[in-house]
Amino acid sequence: MDSISSTHHIFIRPNRAWVRVDWKALWAYRDLLFLLVRRDFIAKYRQTILGPLWGLVQPLLMTVVFTLVFNRVAKVPTDGVPSMLFYMSGLLVWNFFSQAVNASSATLVRNANLYGKVYFPRLIVPVALVVSNIFSFLIQALLFLGFFIYFRAKGAPGFGVNADIALFPLVLLQVLALSLGVGLWMSALTAKYRDLTQMTTFLLQIWMYASPVIYPLSLLPDKYRIYSQINPMTTPVEITKHMLLGAGSFDVAQWAISAATTLVILLTGLMIFQRTERSFVDTV
Amino acid sequence: MEPIIEIRHISKRYKLGSIGVKTLRDELQVLWQRASGKARAGYEKNERDAKEFWALDDVSFNVRAGETVGLVGRNGAGKSTLLKVLSRITEPTSGEAELRGRVSSLLEVGSGFHPELSGRENIYLNGAILGMQRKEIQRKFDEIVAFSEVAKFLDTPVKRYSSGMYVRLAFAVAAHLEPEILIVDEVLAVGDASFQQKCVNKMSDVASEGRTVIFVSHRTTSVQNLCSRVVWLDGGKVRMDGDCGPVLDEYLTALQGSGEGATLVRSPTEPVSIEKIQIRGAEGNPTLSIPTGGELVIDLHYQALQPIRQPYLYLIVSSQHGAIFTANMALRDQRPEVLEGRGVITCRFPAVALMPRQSYVLSLGGLKRDGHTPLFPKTEVARFQVTGDTGDLGFDAEPAERVMLHAPSVLLPHEWSFHPTAPAVPAEPAEVSAR
Repeated sequence: MDSISSTHHIFIRPNRAWVRVDWKALWAYRDLLFLLVRRDFIAKYRQTILGPLWGLVQPLLMTVVFTLVFNRVAKVPTDGVPSMLFYMSGLLVWNFFSQAVNASSATLVRNANLYGKVYFPRLIVPVALVVSNIFSFLIQALLFLGFFIYFRAKGAPGFGVNADIALFPLVLLQVLALSLGVGLWMSALTAKYRDLTQMTTFLLQIWMYASPVIYPLSLLPDKYRIYSQINPMTTPVEITKHMLLGAGSFDVAQWAISAATTLVILLTGLMIFQRTERSFVDTV
Repeated sequence: MEPIIEIRHISKRYKLGSIGVKTLRDELQVLWQRASGKARAGYEKNERDAKEFWALDDVSFNVRAGETVGLVGRNGAGKSTLLKVLSRITEPTSGEAELRGRVSSLLEVGSGFHPELSGRENIYLNGAILGMQRKEIQRKFDEIVAFSEVAKFLDTPVKRYSSGMYVRLAFAVAAHLEPEILIVDEVLAVGDASFQQKCVNKMSDVASEGRTVIFVSHRTTSVQNLCSRVVWLDGGKVRMDGDCGPVLDEYLTALQGSGEGATLVRSPTEPVSIEKIQIRGAEGNPTLSIPTGGELVIDLHYQALQPIRQPYLYLIVSSQHGAIFTANMALRDQRPEVLEGRGVITCRFPAVALMPRQSYVLSLGGLKRDGHTPLFPKTEVARFQVTGDTGDLGFDAEPAERVMLHAPSVLLPHEWSFHPTAPAVPAEPAEVSAR
């Protein structure tokens, strides 16, 4: 018996629930999730020469630019660890977030035709986009590992993996949830106001500078600390550096706040996405 | 037995233009107008009312398992909205429906195809979008490929497919889903004639296997061909529901102009319309049944607000087997010099040798003076019956009712003769039947 038969008895009625995630339907359509992830991956790299290696070029260039501009010219300190590793670890977790947001932020607009013609659990598409981003994360993680080993072999001082790295999967899970939440928010907003499509990149850029990617959190004066804690990406970036390099701080209370913010963004994102999606199909 | 589909008081309201393609600037402008008191309250309210309409208005009916139900109605009658509600693409504003079985809906062929992926990859992706499991697609893969006739191009990205190949592949995937309930909207309008026939056959197969089909089409001939029951939607309400024949008769009668000034066919580009169409028999009275072999006269009452010079109009008569004959001004080079104001164009067939006891559908179309720009898109405008017996055409035997109902529709005079060229084998005396 195939598992779609669990959805065999279908009730259709106006939906007034605030947040309703049909887990059963999502599970029944897991093959679609897998295929959409594959579709993304293939469509992205077919007819490119470097293929998935493109995933290395962007973080590598960014790291080099950051090292030159912020470290060499502006002399921003890097918590005493080699600057390349410092930037690379920050970018590792930041890119994981921003690329997922970028990909999923136009879900409704880009899939308008599909949504208007076929039924399937609507959340599958943004979830697939966020999940397929794990591939490019892994590629970047390899890059980081390469540089880590290189600097180790060179005997560069002042860094090392912290035992807290055992909790790293939790950080990634949080970033995954946060990027899905922000992506859902953005796709609802861009469906309503097309102007905002342009703004996504811009917003992410500002957001990056608001997070401690290129500077250590310790550099912030105390009076700005409180603002940076409102940003749910601050803690994940900071504790990534702590776990991978032993730099930066690890404050469990701050992490709890950031996790709670993430949860709020994810739930409100689900809510606004579902509401928008419902009226959206009626206008395409 | 419990009905497989129960539709209870479904209504659907659309708010026109209240969401969707809009820029932040528009929104800010509205806000500014409101803030500065420019928008008069009364005007705004009127505008809001005008922007709402009920696409479905308290629709209820049940479908039993194994029924094939055709949905007919004019454009905007709510057919597509009902299909969208039943396929869970959009939610009803009120009311509810219950579907007791797996649903596959084909509202547009090829939705979800990705142009960069190959045919093979798209079969899996599209199957999954339609709700198939991977194993299930694997099992039916060969069947799907055989049906679609694109085996040679399986590993080519579908962006290089012709539109025909695209449609064939997409229908093949959807048709092999084996749902208990199949919902199909107008997909047969695409593809070539032989493929359309293949699709109709596939759908009849689905129906004859005891599964349920809901089918929307503008072409009443395909509805008649496929459906045992027809639901006629008008203005979002169920106007009539019953056996195929009677409902279609009523429907097409209503289409034929429910009185003075009812515009039937309007040109999308020119200020000209056919206001009324009347079918007359030999006696000259308006009728909907023509004796076979008798005269068929069709009056087209037109109105043109601006002169339309030398248009080509054509009529097509179709039966359940498809289009069977035409009257085209281009064939006789008989065209009106100019259509202006009101008037009647009459087309007369002196003797229509059509199979009696079948229903026929009349379609109208038109081209502009240049002979290729459309003036009227081809539209079904009337339906009529042919009465009498084959004897009226000079055929002396009386065929069974079954033959009359399903035989091809045009009867040309013909003779049979028999010419044995070798003597029969003596041991077994041959029996030659003259029938």
